[in-house]
Amino acid sequence: MAMKKYLRERFFPHIWCPGCGHGTVLNGMLRAFEKLGLSRNEVVMVSGIGCSARITGYVDFHTLHTLHGRALAFATGVKMSLPGLTVVVPMGDGDALAIGGNHFIHAARRNIDLTALVLNNRIYGMTGGQYSPATGYGCLATTAPFGVIDHGFDIVRLSEAAGATFVARTTTYHVQEMSDIIGQAILHEGFSVVEIMSQCPTYFGRKNRQGDAVEMMRRFKENTTPIGSRDKADNPDLIERGIFVQKELPEYCSEYQKMMDQAMKGPSP
Amino acid sequence: MTHDLRFVQGNEACVEGALYAGLEFFAGYPITPSTEIAEHLSRHLPVRGGRFIQMEDEIASICAIIGASLVGRKVMTATSGPGFSLMQEALGYAVMTEIPSVIVNVQRGGPSTGNPTHVSQGDINQARWGTHGDHAIVALTASNHQDVFAMTVEAFNIAETYRTPVILLLDEVIGHMREALRIPAQGEIPLVDRLRTSVKEGVDYHPYLAREDGRLPMSDFGGVHRYNVTGLFHDMWGFPSSNPKVVHGLIRHLVDKINHNATQLARYKEYFLDDARTVLISYGSAARSALHVVRKARSKGDRMGLLELQTLWPFPRSIVQDRCHLARRILVVEMNMGQIAESVRAAVDHPERVFLANRVDGELITPTNIRDFLRVIQGEGV
Repeated sequence: MAMKKYLRERFFPHIWCPGCGHGTVLNGMLRAFEKLGLSRNEVVMVSGIGCSARITGYVDFHTLHTLHGRALAFATGVKMSLPGLTVVVPMGDGDALAIGGNHFIHAARRNIDLTALVLNNRIYGMTGGQYSPATGYGCLATTAPFGVIDHGFDIVRLSEAAGATFVARTTTYHVQEMSDIIGQAILHEGFSVVEIMSQCPTYFGRKNRQGDAVEMMRRFKENTTPIGSRDKADNPDLIERGIFVQKELPEYCSEYQKMMDQAMKGPSP
Repeated sequence: MTHDLRFVQGNEACVEGALYAGLEFFAGYPITPSTEIAEHLSRHLPVRGGRFIQMEDEIASICAIIGASLVGRKVMTATSGPGFSLMQEALGYAVMTEIPSVIVNVQRGGPSTGNPTHVSQGDINQARWGTHGDHAIVALTASNHQDVFAMTVEAFNIAETYRTPVILLLDEVIGHMREALRIPAQGEIPLVDRLRTSVKEGVDYHPYLAREDGRLPMSDFGGVHRYNVTGLFHDMWGFPSSNPKVVHGLIRHLVDKINHNATQLARYKEYFLDDARTVLISYGSAARSALHVVRKARSKGDRMGLLELQTLWPFPRSIVQDRCHLARRILVVEMNMGQIAESVRAAVDHPERVFLANRVDGELITPTNIRDFLRVIQGEGV
């Protein structure tokens, strides 16, 4: 496989549990890179802390494994310093939306050209199964033995409201679609968010009696539907997949360049 | 000879020093009394092709500059008390990953929101120990605008030389006071760029393998060497490791590269110390009052001198010990509850001769205050 060139095989085996969806995301993502023909030297991958954040260690790009929740802030510094770089930011649901929620909405608002991948397994896996902002009402977690009493974010609607100019959702079951969407998100000039529903059989699955990895992936197949499908009209509980937002708006680094050009022409302050 | 002479705030002197040093990327968040640094840079950086960004908070600000530094830029952020507290985690990240960066803290009264528009020197020990885990740190300070300029340049030079974050501890009086600043000509103060690797493309580059002299040449993100950077303990590849040998080696490296160079990192000024029997030790705006007291005392023939510290961390222990050798009394003048006085006591031969002259009410300590303390410790009454 040509995509193997993107892997740092020296650092395998990886740390993910058997059945974890994150390896599938890694696979889909690397296929997207391969299809786009991106050179490894022009890609920077920035991550925070958590299971998903460990993706950066295994890929042969410029990789920055940072602090819990802060990946987008580090990525902003990288991108603004060298806008020609392709900057991809894989994050977990807790990483992106709880501790990193503020950075998430502000990166979206700026429309800076970063590709945010939210690997949503609805749980804090690294610390052993605590509830996240995506766990959802009624679910069980090690810190919600009586069930979660707050409500999860809808990552797609949150991203759109915050100003992201590319917003999509897919799952680890729909790996071809996932790869295609990640590719489009990378090509999009502006802040793009791809929510990737990913299974955690070790914690979320076990706590919520969702079966093994295969069973959890079957749920992704059965509980989701393409945007605007007739199935959705019949069954409003289905979760839609696909590209929800794709619009052209001025990108932050381009705007900065324009401002800089203008400032250089003007009278010295 | 023409001089580029200006009448500026200390915060502007810091900005001028940063631009002189080659600042290329600044990220910050408004907070009193450091805001003018961001305001001036938002104007000056774009016209020089540099990047300025106002982030959503101080956490994001320090993270952004660390990212920019990895791409090869000279970077800085500026904040005050509460913002400096928010930056502590990422400060530790810069220590661990050895990423050159300059963090300015224009100190105000604390803890908490404290006294935003008034002076304090209460963050000295926070600068030393604020981030978790064993580590060493470099912190500089200055008492006048010419020195603010010079110490800002020093901060960049040290950050790039030692691959470390450097904290510049100013205070509200220095930041907001206006006085003359002469901008040195280009080349007058030497500038340091980071050491970059000479390893060719296609040959293995080990980002965390020290050379024989202990230095680690860098490679810019986006360049020909791809490597991993992590806040976890890491091996020579930058890959996470919990191997006890690797962990021990890294912690020793991080501490030793600063503390073993304490003498080289020591910046200080001496006034009338040769025969001084009373030694004042001070820094920042407090040192202005201390110097006034010393000059007055000398004019009356009192054998009094001043050691003004500009490097606070690593603490210039051997300098302090040496200059206090003949002193019958040592008075540490600072605007906190004795944060540097503690380090002075630990450094000198006779800790019982060390006294503290402080003010912690948000007002600048005055020469009269200091003379009152001196009279008390000499048994002369206030």
